[in-house]
Amino acid sequence: MTLNIMPIEGLNLKRPAESNLGDVLVVGGGISGIQAALDLANTGFRVYLVDKSPAIGGRMSQLDKTFPSNDCSMCIESPKFIECSRHPNIDILTNTDVRRVEGKVGNFKVQLYRRPRYVLEDKCTGCTACVEYCPAQVPDAYNQNLSLTKAVHIHFSQAVPLITYIDPKTCLYLQDDKCNICVGVCKHNAIDLHQKPESVEIEVGSIVLSPGYQIFDPAKRNDYGYGKIKNVMTSMDFERILSSTGPYEGEIRRPSDGKHPHRIAWIQCVGSRQVIPGGNSYCSSVCCAYTQKQIILAKDHAPELDATVFHNDIRAFSKDFERYYQRASGLSDVRFIRSYVTIGRELPGTNNVTIRYATDGEGVKEEEFDMVVLSVGMNPPDDAKELANLFGVDLNKHGFCKTNPLNPIETSREGIFVSGTFHGPMDIPEAVVSASGAGALCGQILAQQRGKLAREREYPKERDVTKEDPKVGVFVCHCGANIGRVVNVPAVVEYAKGLKNVAHAQESLFACSTDNAQQISDVIRERGLNRVVIAACTPRTHEPLFRDTVREGGLNQYYFDMANIREHCSWVHSREKEDATQKAKDIVRMSVARSSHLQPLSEFDLPVNKATLIIGGGVAGMTSAYNMAEQGFEVYLIEKDSDLGGMARRLQRTLEGIDVQAFLNDLKNKVFRHPSIHVYTDAELLEVTGYIGNFTSRLNVEGRQMQIRHGAVIIATGAVEYRPEEYLYGQDERVMTSLELENSIQQQDARVKNARGVVMIQCVGCRNAERNYCSRVCCTQSIKNALKLKKENPARDVYIIFRDMRTYGYKEDYYREAADNDVRFIRYEPEDKPRVSAVEENGEKLLRVDVYDPILGQRLALDADVVALAAAVIPPPGNQTLARQFKVPLSPDGFFQEAHVKLRPVDFAADGVFLCGTAHYPKHLTETISQAYGAAGRAICVLSSDTVAASGAICDVNINNCVTCGACISACSYDAISFQETPKGKKAQVNPILCKGDGLCNTKCPTGAIYLKHFTDELIFSQIDAA
Amino acid sequence: MRPAHDFKPRIMGFLCNWCSYAGADLCGVSRYQYPPSVRIIRVMCSGRVDLEFVLRAFTRGMDGVFVGGCWLGECHYVTEGNYDALSMMHLGKKLLQEAGLNPDRLRLEWISASQGNRFAEVMTEFTNELKEIGPLGAGEGMSDETLALKLEAIRKVLPFVKLVEREKLRVRFENKEQYAEYFDGPEATRLFKDQIADKLTISQILLLLKDRMLTTGEIAAQLGINSSNVAKFLTESSRQRLIRFDQAEKRYALV
Repeated sequence: MTLNIMPIEGLNLKRPAESNLGDVLVVGGGISGIQAALDLANTGFRVYLVDKSPAIGGRMSQLDKTFPSNDCSMCIESPKFIECSRHPNIDILTNTDVRRVEGKVGNFKVQLYRRPRYVLEDKCTGCTACVEYCPAQVPDAYNQNLSLTKAVHIHFSQAVPLITYIDPKTCLYLQDDKCNICVGVCKHNAIDLHQKPESVEIEVGSIVLSPGYQIFDPAKRNDYGYGKIKNVMTSMDFERILSSTGPYEGEIRRPSDGKHPHRIAWIQCVGSRQVIPGGNSYCSSVCCAYTQKQIILAKDHAPELDATVFHNDIRAFSKDFERYYQRASGLSDVRFIRSYVTIGRELPGTNNVTIRYATDGEGVKEEEFDMVVLSVGMNPPDDAKELANLFGVDLNKHGFCKTNPLNPIETSREGIFVSGTFHGPMDIPEAVVSASGAGALCGQILAQQRGKLAREREYPKERDVTKEDPKVGVFVCHCGANIGRVVNVPAVVEYAKGLKNVAHAQESLFACSTDNAQQISDVIRERGLNRVVIAACTPRTHEPLFRDTVREGGLNQYYFDMANIREHCSWVHSREKEDATQKAKDIVRMSVARSSHLQPLSEFDLPVNKATLIIGGGVAGMTSAYNMAEQGFEVYLIEKDSDLGGMARRLQRTLEGIDVQAFLNDLKNKVFRHPSIHVYTDAELLEVTGYIGNFTSRLNVEGRQMQIRHGAVIIATGAVEYRPEEYLYGQDERVMTSLELENSIQQQDARVKNARGVVMIQCVGCRNAERNYCSRVCCTQSIKNALKLKKENPARDVYIIFRDMRTYGYKEDYYREAADNDVRFIRYEPEDKPRVSAVEENGEKLLRVDVYDPILGQRLALDADVVALAAAVIPPPGNQTLARQFKVPLSPDGFFQEAHVKLRPVDFAADGVFLCGTAHYPKHLTETISQAYGAAGRAICVLSSDTVAASGAICDVNINNCVTCGACISACSYDAISFQETPKGKKAQVNPILCKGDGLCNTKCPTGAIYLKHFTDELIFSQIDAA
Repeated sequence: MRPAHDFKPRIMGFLCNWCSYAGADLCGVSRYQYPPSVRIIRVMCSGRVDLEFVLRAFTRGMDGVFVGGCWLGECHYVTEGNYDALSMMHLGKKLLQEAGLNPDRLRLEWISASQGNRFAEVMTEFTNELKEIGPLGAGEGMSDETLALKLEAIRKVLPFVKLVEREKLRVRFENKEQYAEYFDGPEATRLFKDQIADKLTISQILLLLKDRMLTTGEIAAQLGINSSNVAKFLTESSRQRLIRFDQAEKRYALV
């Protein structure tokens, strides 16, 4: 077999291995499975996306909103459903189990078992007539059994595929042969009650396991009366109650009597951080933040509500979580109470619930609540053991997937990767990162097969409507209740019908659901529409999806406009329904006016340079570099220091005991030796120009200037340790940072070796007014050091003075181990920080730490030979410059700000630029590695295409009006405009490849000759006139 | 004149796609509330906002115009159009002031994609400020006809303003304060007076004469400026053959 090596810069393909198959199996269609499937499909692989449930979406589809941005969960996830269902390289197999797995990496044979749906996928239209007539009312699992559905039903309203299925356990026919009404009412003959299971054999090169997690079930142990007391519910139950598609259509009601509860209590750590039978010893990582989210949302629904949280440590350890916690706890009538609790009783008559808890001053109290929410944690999936057996992978002691201790995406079996919460508790962005990372690792194995099996997407031919009068179709979205609860959608539709040029107007529950998208394309064709306005959410997230829909309808994608009546209307005027409805009408009117003037535009393809520039030679940058190079891409890795390694050079071992230096040296060797990785140390980026697919960077390498060309960029510049100014640091050599302590332990430093007492102080330099964030790693770092110190000398006193111990996930086990090994923990409040002083007593020089112990209720004076400060992780000084060079934003804390906190965690809003590692936020080594693979995977989504589409919204010149004044030329720093000879003489002309469409030149032109397409004066005037 | 208590100002908002529009989105996502006064138009860069747009919005009866862009140094584009937006805003304010309109009706702010809360604050503040200022024209004690004339006069000089901006007023400073200092300072004030303000007055005179012939006094009264100033412009315009003195009517007329 010969390979046609493409003459594209930066691409080095090795000879293919014959056995590798370019297909990938993704098991589990939650958000991480979906992301893995999309990334793989976009990088030229064919994907089987298998889910055992009747629709993809996973747990995320059950959530109402997501922390810490409060984004609507379904709204951000459902466009991905559609992307999957439309993707020519993805086959979605729902209601499907994996039965057998044979073979090895590069050549797995997998037997899939498709359980009967009893509904024929190719015939069902999703009309739901069968649901209407089905007599079997059953609890709706999607709504946590808080509402009823039928034995035949659609899983949820945005489900993909959007067709019904029959639950064999509740169908009267399938159980007792009693009823077959549905067969009769279905006009499409789509129901087949005799459908048989189907067995499908597929061959794939690698496998991604993303089966997700199971929610901890408090009913099993009857925790806190769950299952017996009506108004005690889990957080997932409450999530459904908050949701507009939930049991009470988004109104907060309680199950016992349907009344609006006034006092709600949340109990944290239910099923987590427990060593009793049936509990999980680990921390579930997400519950603190989701509880805060639920409080913010509940208070938004009902501002007068009282919310009380009974908690242990508040673990606000991720980006922006500290502020989120402050936001939730700062709301009126919200109390956070640090106490273990027991449920008292259910009060007869009211069904209210009492909770007993301990207070600092007043002893044990009993308080009455209308409703109690249990913040339940994450369990391994119920079928984890079967999956492990089937795929031949190991599980860890908690029953989640066992992974390589330094690569959290790698399972114990070659060619099989894990994505998302099957690895252990994590939040959505981490699940998405690991999905992209799994994609990158599959790509590393299957690189030679890239594109072999991939299919191209085909669109219907574009209809030429330039000669037609505008016929605008307006679709007004309820967005469940997100819009409909505030804006009177039917009134807006009626109003739209009366507007000039409007030929069709209708409402839709979710414009972004698959069936609606399909319906919009159908309506475009049936009604001969030539402009489409969708009044829904923001174009910044949904415009690509709807443009695609318009293309499916046979129109040029620029004949589309979005009226943002959610972010800019219903969500910001939620208490002024009439005004909001009026505003929505105005917005729609502006949009219709604009759409009537829209012109068709064509996008064009620009070649993609296949090389990548990675800035920062720490573990993050090196991991990305090695993965990309192994996938056949050229990498330029630049490091400002004289050696690679970054912060990891200062780490000895991980919490789990892995030798970091050995790992680091191995990685460095691999990077240095790889022929496709060009390492430049002592290197600095001077300037970058260009855009996605075509960047040019000027570097200063050891004093010599050079220039490289590349198609993508990964920013992996890391973070640095804060240099404390407090607690005698820098004045007394016995005061050191946690990293210095780690090094001193390793070096057998006499100060530490002979120390009888060591005191560690947490949160030094962060979680304060200046740095309002948690550095995430320091609690674990201190535990690690404490365990080491105790192991060396068990008689030694080790104290950790902390605010909240944030040993999330499996790290909790080590926290417990430390406590078991007599490490003493003392909590302090920021208003009463510990004080460190150097004293001399009985001729002995000591450090003394004064601290108030809230448990003993008294001040302590601890004597120490060493005081270790858990110094904050802070952004490096160069971030500002880099942010300006790449036109990417920084977060308020000075770290780089990703495009979307949940679903685009390693992308920037600027195309072709990605980030990973501590440049994003402080994180542990394994998290950095996971993110580095994620960034590599995302970058390859760009580089695996030979071209990138450039927007059609660029400038052009009407030469009749051009007076050759050059005003536009002087304004354009892209050098996109120049004077050219034309039939009308020398006139300004635009180079479409260089024009980036900002439109600054338009405002400089005295005659209006130069115009930015899609944002012309005419279009903007039409909006102003209609406002 | 005190504004009516129930006056609800209408604001036209031009937001750049990358920062302020995203900030307004985040504001919604975060459920920060603000008055329903603003109608938003998305542009790719605040530098795309033409004075023509601002004028058009006022002509269509908007009480305020808001321009939102990226913080200086954070523009998504190499062209850094937000600096130009800042100059545009200062010129716009001067033109409004020259025409007797409250310059505070035009407001520019930097709002980043992560500043959802700031968007709500700015919108609330601007709305309240406009409530104090009152409805466009009426707030300045101006009749509808005069208002229309003033706005049309400004619109007519805009191409000329662009040329002057390019030739004389193209400046680049580090921060907002320096821009304010420059545009409020003697040099810019003199340039504006010499290069633009006079043109604006002539533009108004020409518009007035479009409907009927007028005496110097009548023109002075309508424009609210003194007769000797008007006489100067009339002489100049006559010399440029833009207008003529009708001996029969003893009034000025268009050529």
